Amino acid sequence: MKFTLSWLKEHLDTEATAEEIAETLTDLGLELESLEDPSASLGAFTICRVIEAGPHPDADRLRLCRVETWPNGPASPSEEVQVVCGAPNARTGLIGVFARPGTHIPGTGVDLKPGVIRGVESNGMLCSERELMVSDDHDGIIDLPESAPLGARYIDYAGLNDPVFDIAITPNRPDALGVAGVARDLAARGIGRVKTPAIEAVEGKFPSPIAVKIADDVAAGACPVFAGRLIRGVQNGPSPAWLQKKLRAIGLRPISKLVDITNLITFDRGRPLHVFDAAKVTGDLVVRFSREGEALLALDGKTYVLPEGVTVIADDNGVESLGGIMGGEHSGCTEETTDVFVEAAWFDPVRTALSGRKLKINSDARYRFDRGVDPESCVDGIELATKLILELCGGEPSEVLVAGKTPDTARSYRLDPARCASLVGMDIPEAEQRRILEALGFTPRDEDGKIMVGVPSWRPDVMGEADLVEEVARVASLTKLEAKPLPRISSGVTRPTLTLGQKREAQVRRTLAAQGMNECVTYSFIAQTQAAAFGGGDDSVRLENPISSEMSHMRPDPLPGLLAAAARNQARGAAEIALFEIGPGWSGGEPEDQRITASGVIVGATAPREWSGARRAPDLWDAKAAAEAALSALNVNVERLMPLRQAPEWFHPGRSAVLGLGPKNPLAVFGELHPRALEAMDVKGPAVAFTIYLDNVPAPKSRAIARPALAASDFQAVERDFAFVVDARTEAETLLRAARGADKKLVESAAIFDVFDGPRAAQSLGEGKKSLALSIRLQPRDRTLTDEEIEAVAKKVVAAVTKATGGELRG
Amino acid sequence: MDGQDDYGQGGAAELEGLRAQWFARIAEAADESALETVRVGALGKKGEVSLKMRELGKMTPEQRQTAGPALNALKDELNSALAARRASLADAALAERLRAEWLDVTLAPRPSRRGAIHPVSQVTEEVAAIFADMGFGVAEGPQIETAWYNFDALNIPGHHPARAEMDTFYMARADGGDPHVLRTHTSPVQIRTMQAEGAPLRIIAPGRVYRSDFDQTHTPMFHQVEGLAIDRDISMANLKWVLEEFFAAFFEVDGVETRFRASHFPFTEPSAEVDIRCSWVDGQLKVGEGDGWLEVLGSGMVHPKVLEYGGIDPSQWQGFAFGMGIDRIAMLKYGIPDLRAFFDSDLRWLRHYGFAALDIPTMRGGLSA
Repeated sequence: MKFTLSWLKEHLDTEATAEEIAETLTDLGLELESLEDPSASLGAFTICRVIEAGPHPDADRLRLCRVETWPNGPASPSEEVQVVCGAPNARTGLIGVFARPGTHIPGTGVDLKPGVIRGVESNGMLCSERELMVSDDHDGIIDLPESAPLGARYIDYAGLNDPVFDIAITPNRPDALGVAGVARDLAARGIGRVKTPAIEAVEGKFPSPIAVKIADDVAAGACPVFAGRLIRGVQNGPSPAWLQKKLRAIGLRPISKLVDITNLITFDRGRPLHVFDAAKVTGDLVVRFSREGEALLALDGKTYVLPEGVTVIADDNGVESLGGIMGGEHSGCTEETTDVFVEAAWFDPVRTALSGRKLKINSDARYRFDRGVDPESCVDGIELATKLILELCGGEPSEVLVAGKTPDTARSYRLDPARCASLVGMDIPEAEQRRILEALGFTPRDEDGKIMVGVPSWRPDVMGEADLVEEVARVASLTKLEAKPLPRISSGVTRPTLTLGQKREAQVRRTLAAQGMNECVTYSFIAQTQAAAFGGGDDSVRLENPISSEMSHMRPDPLPGLLAAAARNQARGAAEIALFEIGPGWSGGEPEDQRITASGVIVGATAPREWSGARRAPDLWDAKAAAEAALSALNVNVERLMPLRQAPEWFHPGRSAVLGLGPKNPLAVFGELHPRALEAMDVKGPAVAFTIYLDNVPAPKSRAIARPALAASDFQAVERDFAFVVDARTEAETLLRAARGADKKLVESAAIFDVFDGPRAAQSLGEGKKSLALSIRLQPRDRTLTDEEIEAVAKKVVAAVTKATGGELRG
Repeated sequence: MDGQDDYGQGGAAELEGLRAQWFARIAEAADESALETVRVGALGKKGEVSLKMRELGKMTPEQRQTAGPALNALKDELNSALAARRASLADAALAERLRAEWLDVTLAPRPSRRGAIHPVSQVTEEVAAIFADMGFGVAEGPQIETAWYNFDALNIPGHHPARAEMDTFYMARADGGDPHVLRTHTSPVQIRTMQAEGAPLRIIAPGRVYRSDFDQTHTPMFHQVEGLAIDRDISMANLKWVLEEFFAAFFEVDGVETRFRASHFPFTEPSAEVDIRCSWVDGQLKVGEGDGWLEVLGSGMVHPKVLEYGGIDPSQWQGFAFGMGIDRIAMLKYGIPDLRAFFDSDLRWLRHYGFAALDIPTMRGGLSA
């Protein structure tokens, strides 16, 4: 909310500077957004006189002016300056506003330079109001009366030298949405004395010819009270300069006296009003709920088709105004209005907010009613408006009519004076607590040895003892709060604070980074097509109000986001890309449908171009290595995992697999990505990926921390190598499993150390064949193996492998 | 007897000749095989010195008494000379081999990819480490959240202006029921944790939050960390201490003064915005010193209604809560200029602002490397 220093001083007797006031406001919880001092931007503009305005030799529309200026102030000698001016009202003898070269012109945002305009030198500017940003007026240059002091600063003359405060009001403080309320807070802090003018009742001369009826269902809550008064014989028209200036200073556009008066009271007292042109009201006014389909052309020029249940003010013609939100164009006041009906009602915050939100109308009135206008301010609002209307527009007022009843908001809460110390930790004497509350309009009284505090009608936010403590503490100033140590719940050594899941996320994160991958954080919402390409994107994960169609659906997994990131990096010229992300994905739109996965992509090449030959296209084993490293970090025995060819459709069907403890318990999936998936994400392959389903990784079965004893044998281990010719699609795992199973006691490990496949293998071994070279390590536990024993195990291995694979020992 | 004479006098001279001759040949041997030839020539089965030794048997005992030791001495001498020569030849050969062996040490090593940890993760771990030291556990909650947990239970009823001001993302609902939201803050974790664990309580809750706002300084997703402490005797003064301890540890300075300013959040009462003392020197933020104040978080004493919603009796327990932006404190600490870049995954940015894989923040080892 904006207000000027002089406006504040109408309500507050204070010697404080603008800066002191600004700091105090922030400390009180009325946070300063800005404090603008116009003398900083407008101080250089001075009042000048046009000695002569003659024709420009080369341009019909320009005037060549000889201007008398006072560069060193009004008391020093004047100086004549030549200025080329395009304004139609530039004329000999005009008293205007002058800017010399070098002056920053707020309206154009540039520094004025001496120049040559159509061949004639121009050494300054005669300014319009828009160039000074004091109004939108740019029909001509500022034209001041003869009495204006020549050479003086324009802001001093025009009364613009008035700092403007802009403060952010939190939703709980509707009382501070008027200057009077701000003054009350400042006075409570001791920064001045409240001097808000008292409200004087103006006697009505006749009964209001327009009656007001509140429908019963509306009176029950949505609009329990409505005050009104007709003033006849008014003369509307532009507001006087003081009022226009006051409104402009806070960014409002003056419209007419009647409308400006309602705006003034809205910002002065936080009391919105509405004025009807009585001549346009047919019959009496009724406050009722709208019926579905009723329409209103509102004052913002837009037609609103109403849903059912909006509080409206209607007459025999239909809806004339949206209660507490915006008036209607038809019955609005114009320059021709002679009889005005003033409305000051109270509209319930909940219904006003919901109606305003449905209709998407924001207005200064709705802003205040949403937060809660003082329900006891209806008649006061009428009287304030009457006084101003009579002063500015003349006329004769009717009696004030009040329909309905002011809702009773009177309530009291018990305040334990010790509560401030126990809740805030500040010791504030009881007397000071009472003083603060009284200064804010609360009424503390003793009751059975406790303080019962009555809440004023303008503080709908105060609903209990904690709120009273807050009032006391904020006025006393939280800057006085002193830190006090907080002991831990249990003393001694800190216990672990991470859950197993959190610890595992951290372990996987560090492991993958150690594998050379870069961690990303990508958006949780992605385009529908991208989500659909990775198994998601149905309606259950759709956002109602996405920020764009690129961010419309909750992702199934971080994978598509990583691929999009890879594509962006490729577009920037990156060729070796390894990215991972650990984060949520969604299988549905319920809170419990969230799961945490770790996904990674390796795209382009494994290394930059270099001399050793390490650069190659990433293949599925790179993805498998990363996935296995991450699972190993979580104590999963990766040798026991079964690779199953069941990877989802965004993987290459022949070059991908699920790693799991069984078909129903997948822990990870890895492989080359499907060319179509890459296409959908605009990624240039080769690209491999993995996803680890962290939630599926089983928790350790027992809390056995001690390790089993190390069973290292001192007897010589023996290694034996074999080569088998098998079908080209025989999996190494089949062979290894058979070899390990051949003699579980002796075969400690088995590994493939050579693969010979492809066309050359087909040529030498036969079509559809390949050779796998196997190395086994035999580790005896109780004695050294004899040659015969070794030979016997070797035979068992060959037999097991040939049986399992249908292959044969390579000759 | 001639022969006797020979060995008596001429014998010594002959040995001297032999010695000189073989020493010369040892010295002349250019490599191991030449040296071996010399050894065989002198000491091999048919070597000259060996043959002489064999002649000892034909001598008289007197002759043998002088010739024997002399020959043996010669043999020992030759053996030592051979060994010495062999060692020196080996040294020379090794030196020659090493001279020949030369590699370009300026070539880059075989590449190993270096990965990086995202600043959001790093800073989240830093925050968790500091609060763990003060006894705060880490709590979590879902990011698609019911309106009840995100708003109602936090004392933000349906019409409340704060609800409209939050720029909430809503999930589409086919059945027209009350739509879920993307949590607009980490505060719903307060309610879930209170319900699950009761009082007393000390938690932080870091994580993603969402608001429908996208411009120079806002992204529709960002990260917050919530703090909550519930106890019997606990006040805003304790909150101030916890925050000042936190900021000093986080910004790795001796102390950070905070300034509490009255404010309003529906879920705390009283509420305060918290500023930290700071200054800017050549565009660099210096936390803890100077005349400036920087707003960093919102906080307050948990509203009695919120405690009730969390299943905690407000007449027995009270507590404080606070919330701050993880991305924002990461930007402040590490001088990262643009929030939007956090979520763009530009490899150049990830490498520049990221952290080494094993740079794990701990209180004993310090937070930043």
